[in-house]
Amino acid sequence: MKYAFYPGCTQESTAEEFGLSSKAVCRELGIELEEIPDWNCCGASSGHFIDEALADALPARNLAIAERQGLDTAVVCAACYLRLRATRHKVAGSPEFGKQLSDRIGMTYEARYGVKHLLDIIVNDLGLEEVRKKVRKPLRGLRLVPYYGCYLVRPPDIVGFDDPENPTSMDRLLDAIGAEAVDWGAKVDCCGGSLILSRDDIAMKLLGGVIERAREVEADAIVVACPMCHANLDMRQRGPDPVPVLYFTELIGLALGIPEAEGWFRKHLVNPLNLLKEKKLL
Amino acid sequence: MTPSEKKDCDPIFADRVRKESGVAIDRCYQCLTCTLGCDAAYAMDYPPNQIVRMCQMGFKDKLFGSSSIWVCTACESCVTRCPNEIDIPHLMDTLHQMALREGAPVKVPTVPLFHKVFLAPVKQFGRQFEMMMMGLFMLRAGKFSISDIKTNVTLGLGMFLRNKLKFIPHRIHDLGAVKEIFRKTVEGGQK
Repeated sequence: MKYAFYPGCTQESTAEEFGLSSKAVCRELGIELEEIPDWNCCGASSGHFIDEALADALPARNLAIAERQGLDTAVVCAACYLRLRATRHKVAGSPEFGKQLSDRIGMTYEARYGVKHLLDIIVNDLGLEEVRKKVRKPLRGLRLVPYYGCYLVRPPDIVGFDDPENPTSMDRLLDAIGAEAVDWGAKVDCCGGSLILSRDDIAMKLLGGVIERAREVEADAIVVACPMCHANLDMRQRGPDPVPVLYFTELIGLALGIPEAEGWFRKHLVNPLNLLKEKKLL
Repeated sequence: MTPSEKKDCDPIFADRVRKESGVAIDRCYQCLTCTLGCDAAYAMDYPPNQIVRMCQMGFKDKLFGSSSIWVCTACESCVTRCPNEIDIPHLMDTLHQMALREGAPVKVPTVPLFHKVFLAPVKQFGRQFEMMMMGLFMLRAGKFSISDIKTNVTLGLGMFLRNKLKFIPHRIHDLGAVKEIFRKTVEGGQK
């Protein structure tokens, strides 16, 4: 299994532990990642806000390079995932648009290869049986709420490897690594990430709702697959007893017994080390 | 329709929205599914279903002057649930783009400011550079209150201690290609 890899900007800064754990877990699971050479920012939530042509051209340059690699692209950030998929979707539906776009980026892009989120790759391409076989330390006793947020599941005609209202792929993955995936009410709610700087009152209300739902079911931690959701939930919680927010890849890494895992958890603002030690997982 | 509403109607604008967005606004039968599932609707002056209706009527000034188009989080719930598959987030994008192009007064100026400063490092380096983006935003938004400074220093220090704050941007090798993309798109060299 080999993919072109699009890390996205956050993997080298605010979400370093997501990037490190993704690469380590893929190595352990036999998923080969070949980084897209000289990739650029996809424009994320801002490109489409300001200019539609820019919103397609930024992802397209990356997709065109991946097409030269002759591989499907693996993405870890949910926001990048939607942007890359949206542009690919448009080109696949209109070769005419593809030509126009190719001219703008100065490279040919024909949507010949797919774009997948790493969660989709692990759950559906690799399969949970393969994951189960490699688990060395099942995460017993951890009550986790899988948080899918927006762009992993919406809009379903562009992304959507799972149900948009009640997705289960992360639930099943957590089950495969021995944790307890708890059903809860905020699986696909929005954390308000795009407004965290510009209208933090709205963002704080939305992310507060997500945390509140997690507390209602007495979850030990919230599991995410998006660096934007993570930054928002991990950095902005107020109050004395914050809920840790973990990346799904960090948990797989912990269950596979990857020794670097502890270092990833040290990078969180809401410290999960006590929880993991308490459960005898570290 | 009241006489003042009649005065607000601009069928030519409505047609421009239809054409530029490509969104099938006329399929809306006001079932309110979009609004009922919208987490940001409480902060909007006109809920999403009314925004669609206002587009049909061509209420240009009210649309451009609304808070709704700026506080939409683009969570994609409305389009996912709409029985007529009306792409409201895309409609919102078209409305911001038109409003910004026409220099209309903006009710929530920090939102377009954020998006502009987000793209500044992308153009300059080919990748995001959080320090520059955050700095530009705080400076231009005038976020100098004690509580703003306290929040940012706490977060900045937390990130610095965990080695998550990068002081040097990553510059991509073929920066010319990205600059050319900006020139040919948002900077209007070729639409």
